[in-house]
Amino acid sequence: MTVKLDERLKENIEKITAGGASKYHEKNAAQNKMFVRERLQLLFDSGEYSVEDAMFANNQAGDLPADGVVTAIGKVNGQTVCVMANDSTVKAGSWGARTVEKIIRIQETAKKLKVPMLYLVDSAGARITDQIDMFPNRRGAGKIFYNQVKMSGMIPQVCILFGPSAAGGAYIPAFCDIVIMVDQNASMYLGSPRMAEKVIGEKVTLEEMGGARMHCSVSGCGDFLALDEKEAISTARNYLSYFPANYKEKPEQTESRDPIEGRQLEAIVPENQNVPFDMYEFIDRLVDEGSFFEMKKLFAQEIVTGFARISGRVVGLVANQPKVKGGVLFVDSADKAARFITLCDAFSIPIIFLADVPGFMIGTKVERAGIIRHGAKLIAAMSDVTVPKISVIVRKAYGAGLYAMAGPAFEPDCCIALPTAQIAVMGPEAAVNAVYSNKINEIEDPKEKIQFVQQKHQEYKEHIDIYKLASEMIIDDIVPASSLRETLAGRLAFYESKEMVFSERKHPVYPV
Amino acid sequence: MKEITASMAGTVWQVLVAEGDTVSAGQSVIILESMKMEIPIDASEEGTVAELKVASGDFVNEGDVLVVLK
Repeated sequence: MTVKLDERLKENIEKITAGGASKYHEKNAAQNKMFVRERLQLLFDSGEYSVEDAMFANNQAGDLPADGVVTAIGKVNGQTVCVMANDSTVKAGSWGARTVEKIIRIQETAKKLKVPMLYLVDSAGARITDQIDMFPNRRGAGKIFYNQVKMSGMIPQVCILFGPSAAGGAYIPAFCDIVIMVDQNASMYLGSPRMAEKVIGEKVTLEEMGGARMHCSVSGCGDFLALDEKEAISTARNYLSYFPANYKEKPEQTESRDPIEGRQLEAIVPENQNVPFDMYEFIDRLVDEGSFFEMKKLFAQEIVTGFARISGRVVGLVANQPKVKGGVLFVDSADKAARFITLCDAFSIPIIFLADVPGFMIGTKVERAGIIRHGAKLIAAMSDVTVPKISVIVRKAYGAGLYAMAGPAFEPDCCIALPTAQIAVMGPEAAVNAVYSNKINEIEDPKEKIQFVQQKHQEYKEHIDIYKLASEMIIDDIVPASSLRETLAGRLAFYESKEMVFSERKHPVYPV
Repeated sequence: MKEITASMAGTVWQVLVAEGDTVSAGQSVIILESMKMEIPIDASEEGTVAELKVASGDFVNEGDVLVVLK
């Protein structure tokens, strides 16, 4: 009798773990897509996941082998995580009533255990035929998003997008901390190209409208563009290595590694404030070798945001990139940095600002796009940070650019300058023009005019001299670039015990 | 035909190529002056300069075509 019972169990499990019909497996393979269980094996340490609840969901419901989602608990980098993973071989990973309930339950588990929640998405969206059972009700699909919002900042939430994430389903990635998208296969959209053509008359391809590359470089909905599924999964594992399990814990410290060899920091930063340089090279010489993990690399490239380690300590870097658009802050760069700062602050990751910024962009185009509103969003996010906050003035920090990069008024734990630093409302050229434009116009002799302007430039430069600012205690220290890494490592260690409440209130009125 | 556009609003400071020149991917073709910074505009792929749409001193807005490659 027992043998017979075991036999039945074994048969059922085999049926469940095989997923949908073989034609769907073949279709997946043709698109370079892995079966959901292969993905999970790659994700978890040593390919093991011992807990899989509601595995039998829909197993007795007619023609389905199981439901279109797998939910599991396992380990990533030795840390417990909860996972939901769509199975695109079962009804194209679409959402039925059981799918939604399974997702809600694994979310509830992640919340109770206070461990990271991962969403491995590959889903065609809601099953219209099941809508009454999964769309409008109290434990319908809306609950998934409600839970995501509730858990945001409590536990890390990671989305890997392997295929479509359509209509309502597109909000799962939107509420995650990071969205890793597989090039060519992943997509996000509210209405498919077919629907767009029918409803608004637009003819467009899926790649153009909601493809992975578009979202990672234009819309900013994607954070990391992965070449294939393997890279996407290893990226998620790598990302989690910078994070604690939840907001109450701190990131793990590892052994220090020297930065990669190359030009010295002094040689990288040109003295002429107007000449661009590559901030990536600067970061490479500053952080532990191989530790830089960039967020939104392809989006708003005039600002660089990413995690790294300095002497084994996890930090978040917010750095202007003078090589792109002069490092000027735009609508998208303000948005990108604000979001990154919030992410670091939620999970106790100290933030280092590397400033070389001419200010916020001006002109009709950006004013109409609401640059003030978006700039306010960045300044608000940077202000209410309670993790260690270090402002490094690498070169220029002009106007509200100084404010956005955690200047002295925003209570950084320190504002330190390199000898190349220049802090001012505006650069010498603009300032002299602003103050003396009438006088300059009055001088008729061209030689005399140039002489006058040069003299005023010189006076202005002396007025904003960095040693003068240090003497006035505006900045806390001037350090040579060659000892910046050492200085930061030392300060990060001292600031570790920092604890503060930013403001007594319910929450701010966000300038979004 | 491939168009090289301005990455941001500014004034054309230097035109580094002439019609008929061949350019390689990543080569700077124009330098804008904006926000008191030099903003190099690079070709994203190789080609031959078919047409220069701007001259030194012109104001350009973000997205304006600067150079057409063939």
